[in-house]
Amino acid sequence: MASKWLLALLGGALIGSGSALLLLTHGRIAGISGIAGGLVQRATSDRAWRIAFLAGLTAAGAVAAVVMPAAIGAPVRPLAAIAVAGLLVGFGTRLGNGCTSGHGVCGLSRLSVRSLVAVATFMATGAITAILAGRLS
Amino acid sequence: MTASGSRIAALGHAALAGMLFGAGLVVSGMTQPARIIGFLDPVSGWDPSLAFVMAGAVAVYAVAYAVIRRRARPWFDAQFHVPVRADIDAPLVAGAAVFGIGWGLGGLCPGPGIVAAAGGSSSALVFVVAMLAGMYLRHRLADLR
Repeated sequence: MASKWLLALLGGALIGSGSALLLLTHGRIAGISGIAGGLVQRATSDRAWRIAFLAGLTAAGAVAAVVMPAAIGAPVRPLAAIAVAGLLVGFGTRLGNGCTSGHGVCGLSRLSVRSLVAVATFMATGAITAILAGRLS
Repeated sequence: MTASGSRIAALGHAALAGMLFGAGLVVSGMTQPARIIGFLDPVSGWDPSLAFVMAGAVAVYAVAYAVIRRRARPWFDAQFHVPVRADIDAPLVAGAAVFGIGWGLGGLCPGPGIVAAAGGSSSALVFVVAMLAGMYLRHRLADLR
């Protein structure tokens, strides 16, 4: 079994490759919140590539459930907290124009100042929340 | 290539990009909320290994970005759609802060949430439905302005 460090690096390289392929073929930033958010926006004309990309993403999850089931982890909080987390993630990523992929992977690679500020901010609030939630539950 | 053939090729490449991205999330450990929490919470037994996910992704994408942006246009579009803004405004910081709270609470960000939901996690499915609702809410509020 390869170490978790190596798998993290390898997985990261795959994420970077998928993002690079989307830029090369469609000229788009592989920001998952932006891609998904475009589908729940009324004035979106370019739905097809978004649906295709998300279909590929879900296919990877479906395959993982069969070949690597341990990779799909169990929830760490009660369902109500997970629902609140989802609402915050959805609202926050659209307000701030990106998440771990768009601001993180793509933004940091492009040396975007906006993305650097966003990453520093969500890492900080994420750490504070994880620490507090761990103490309270 | 015919117009429809080119369209199918374009969508096929978008799907392949999504598959590579999703496989990376699975292999790296990002679809395990317990590991995300272990990464974000340095107080109780910190697991910093997930920092290598970002390192690997940025190493590949930074080089690819520099090479690809030398092209006049991408394969299946007339132009690149890359953000150009450089201003730091309140919505950017507030949005990132709110996203971080949700991330630290549930241990899922958008990509891993979708992949885990597709992988049969019912809690991740609840997360994704709530996430889409949150996105919709943000868009509707923006429309009211």
